[in-house]
Amino acid sequence: MIPTAAEFGGGGVMIDRRSFGAWLAAAVAVLAGGAPARAADPIRVGEINSYSGIPAFTEPYRKGWQLAVEEINAAGGVLGRPIEVISRDDAGRPADAITAANELVSREKVDLLAGTFFSNIGLAVSDFARQRKILFVAAEPLTDAMVWEQGSRYTFRLRPPNWVQAAILAEEAAKLPAKRWATIAPNYEYGQSAVKVFKQILSEKRPDIEWVGEQWPPQGKIDAGSVVQATLATKPDAILNVTFGPDLVKLVREGNTRGLFRGRDVVSFITGEPEYLDPLKEETPEGWIVTGYPWQAVGTPEHQKFLDAYKARFNDYPRLGSVVGYATFKTIAAIVERAGSLDTEKLIEAGRGVEVDTPFGRIAFRAADHQSTLGAFVGKTAVKDGRGVMVDFVYRSGADYLPDEATATKLRRPD
Amino acid sequence: MEFLLVQGLTGLASAASLFLVASGLSIIFGVTRVVNFAHGSFYMVGAYLAYTLTERLSGPLGFWGGVLAAAVLVGLFGALVEAVLLRRLARAPELFQLLATFGVTLIVQDLVVMVWGPEDLVGRRAPGLSGAVEVFGQLVPQYDLFLIALGPLVLLGLHLLFRRTRFGVLVRAATQDRDMTAALGIDQKRLFTGVFALGSFLAGLGGALQLPRDAVNHLMDMQVIVEAFVVVVIGGLGSVPGAFVAAAAVSLLNAFGILVFPAIAMVSIFLVMAVVLVVRPHGLFGAPPPVGHPQPTVAGEPWRALDGRERAAATVAAAAAVALPFLVGDYGLTVASEILIMMLFAASVHLLMGAGGLAPFGHAVFFGLGGYGAALSATHWGASMAFGLAAGPVLAVAAACVAGWFCVRLSGVYFAMLTLAFAQIVWSVAFQWVEVTGGDNGIIGVWPEGFAASARGFYWLSLALCLGGALALRAVVLSPFGYALRAVRDAPARAESIGVGRFGQQWFAFVLAGGFAGLAGALFAYLKGSVFPANMGVGMSVDGLVMVLLGGVETVSGALVGAVVYKALSIWLLSATDMSKLVLGALIVTLVAAFPAGIAGSLALLRPRAEGARL
Repeated sequence: MIPTAAEFGGGGVMIDRRSFGAWLAAAVAVLAGGAPARAADPIRVGEINSYSGIPAFTEPYRKGWQLAVEEINAAGGVLGRPIEVISRDDAGRPADAITAANELVSREKVDLLAGTFFSNIGLAVSDFARQRKILFVAAEPLTDAMVWEQGSRYTFRLRPPNWVQAAILAEEAAKLPAKRWATIAPNYEYGQSAVKVFKQILSEKRPDIEWVGEQWPPQGKIDAGSVVQATLATKPDAILNVTFGPDLVKLVREGNTRGLFRGRDVVSFITGEPEYLDPLKEETPEGWIVTGYPWQAVGTPEHQKFLDAYKARFNDYPRLGSVVGYATFKTIAAIVERAGSLDTEKLIEAGRGVEVDTPFGRIAFRAADHQSTLGAFVGKTAVKDGRGVMVDFVYRSGADYLPDEATATKLRRPD
Repeated sequence: MEFLLVQGLTGLASAASLFLVASGLSIIFGVTRVVNFAHGSFYMVGAYLAYTLTERLSGPLGFWGGVLAAAVLVGLFGALVEAVLLRRLARAPELFQLLATFGVTLIVQDLVVMVWGPEDLVGRRAPGLSGAVEVFGQLVPQYDLFLIALGPLVLLGLHLLFRRTRFGVLVRAATQDRDMTAALGIDQKRLFTGVFALGSFLAGLGGALQLPRDAVNHLMDMQVIVEAFVVVVIGGLGSVPGAFVAAAAVSLLNAFGILVFPAIAMVSIFLVMAVVLVVRPHGLFGAPPPVGHPQPTVAGEPWRALDGRERAAATVAAAAAVALPFLVGDYGLTVASEILIMMLFAASVHLLMGAGGLAPFGHAVFFGLGGYGAALSATHWGASMAFGLAAGPVLAVAAACVAGWFCVRLSGVYFAMLTLAFAQIVWSVAFQWVEVTGGDNGIIGVWPEGFAASARGFYWLSLALCLGGALALRAVVLSPFGYALRAVRDAPARAESIGVGRFGQQWFAFVLAGGFAGLAGALFAYLKGSVFPANMGVGMSVDGLVMVLLGGVETVSGALVGAVVYKALSIWLLSATDMSKLVLGALIVTLVAAFPAGIAGSLALLRPRAEGARL
């Protein structure tokens, strides 16, 4: 059940669904000839995400940012002003995301944009922000292009790019004795770039490795039995998996039954994230090397604080989306605080090098490419009480895996 | 060799569930002529219900009982949809039910997330069939073997049902000649409801049987519906054995295709359909429709000029459109520009659907190509916006020449599906050719320049081009060519006898429609500053059909009204609520039930009545 806007109304979060009040306020503002911002005027953040497109991620994500905004506002807001979020659904379509962004900027007069999940939507909104000269804090999109080839001075990105996930996993993969590798990845940019970077890094570390097969099922439409069988035919020692969601479930079920994973190492992108691990329940394959978020066992004080607050507020446990939503709005608060103003140029200046405390510890946004140093947990999957969990995990900071800032500057298109 | 055999078994197992869904769809279409877009929803609801039931019930009896009960419940749901909604539309144009079932699909998409939550659900494995058996040294899941056996069993069951029962005989009779069956005193209402229940039951069973091998999720409906249609069409409409052969052929080709060329999985099914339809225009087992029963796709009065009052209304609307920039802000203007673009797109679809009598299921391909033509010339050659706005339609026209040459040889649903195949093949090229098209990340940075860079300027430009385009299309429809096009739609043999050939007229109409869609697509690219493969996806094609049907297929103005209502509603709802699909679906269903001739069509029907009252 998706809570209504009214349910979110309490606790200091203001969600404006273009209420009559907003119309009235806008009319008054126009009549008053654009009155200067008073100290208690809220800071308006326009937030866009695929709420109806991928609710498994965006529902926890929304709870995450609500918690952050409530905490920030309870502590007196930023620059003495509360944060107000105007949230829009993009239905998983880039064209609709542009409509929403336009509404937020032109009509709602937001001070900055935030959010997005899919890479193509993230890139589209980033380009829109560049066109309209407004700050955009991208939450989830993983594509490397976001900060490099198609990077923009108006865009800051929170989540570690594909590159970092690949580098973290390739480092673990290099320690395995396996020589013959096969890959299974969804046939779109995310899957393609994940495989490309992983192959590149692993082959550099281990020139003796042979790539024996690749499968490219269409996203959301894997014919798992055929893919498993075709992969078996290449007799690999180890497998790289990039599929997630329902495709992953189908792959795991077929793979388990057909013995694909027996005696083979498997390295898998983001499978340890609760969004994708939890549905597998007792069918979770054991011993896969995965990136993810072992919320039960992180145990650091900053995470414990977040975990307790989240559980108390929502009576539910956080998914990775919750952390992303929470950290995105903590980032926004930190940037505004540092800028001391809502002027876009000052915000950009403040964003370069800003430090943010997140449930995963302190992160920084790099000046060269506007990428945060948020990292990921890497560990092994296991089954505990009929549920999939991550064990033997460590946290890897993005700072140790991103290309250094000089290289990043070269990768990045000029502003 | 052993390996290939096992791969073949795997393909056949995938074929089984596809066959169940497709056979239901085929039976429904064969008898009722309803293009049932909601069939995917029945499949998805079957899976969700089976999950809930099998989690509650225990033991083997609980599992199989749960699966069967879920399918029965879906069958009842299907019967309900038919009795409450579709029966009202019995006299509406053929494709109008597509609109109604599309509304149902939207509602169900939001409802399942509300009821079952957003997370993927992994159901139980089938008791006694959870393991694998060794076949030639390879492990094959027992459940796959069960599915492989089930397919022919269901086929046999349906065969017996159709040959040995009165209901089956009536179904076959109605498939062959619906009017004659009715004339013989068969109660069509009960027959249709029964057929819908049977078809939905099969879809629900197909969904429920996925439980042990899939994750139940809210996107299942869209994943299966297009493939099911393709299988039905390859097999031949209304042919259950055809659906069986087609499902097996498609699944086997996919299973072996990915061994040679892994990326083929995205498009293999559409390649098969394109080849089959080009070689056999009525599918593998389909027969040409019986001659002598022309299916009027469009009812209502012939074309006429606007009368005085309508002229006044149109003038007021045009004046309001011109004055809009002085009334609303930048956001309002970009929304208005988007609506204008959609009006042109709808008008181009309407040229084929209305005057042409050809419903294209893949018309968005020209919309998308128009966008790519503009975006590629802008990013690769640094071309100006004026050049881009010309390059888009040129690319679309070129593609329409090729596609049209193949497509207009077919008619009805076969035509519709061949346009879809073409669209999906081009879509997969745009999706995979990353170096040129940017793949799914698209091409960004395509912003308008000069005077059009402002929201107001772009609105003027859209108004001029889209309204001009729509008027041009209206002029085409009312021109001698338009009459010739209608002649080949209504009486191909007679038209041929006076020297008006079907192929030439329809081909030209197809190219013209493609060109205007391309213009709309090029404008759309500049409006959004980007193009993505989704611009030519199934969703955009469906939007085109929905806009035309919603407004009424009779007149160009119907398509325009439909575009305004549909696009304005969807933009507003997406912004105003999290349940946009639920509300939009409910509105569509209500509108369809209230105005079975489309909005503009119903208003036109009211007009003589009002005039009669005045006299």
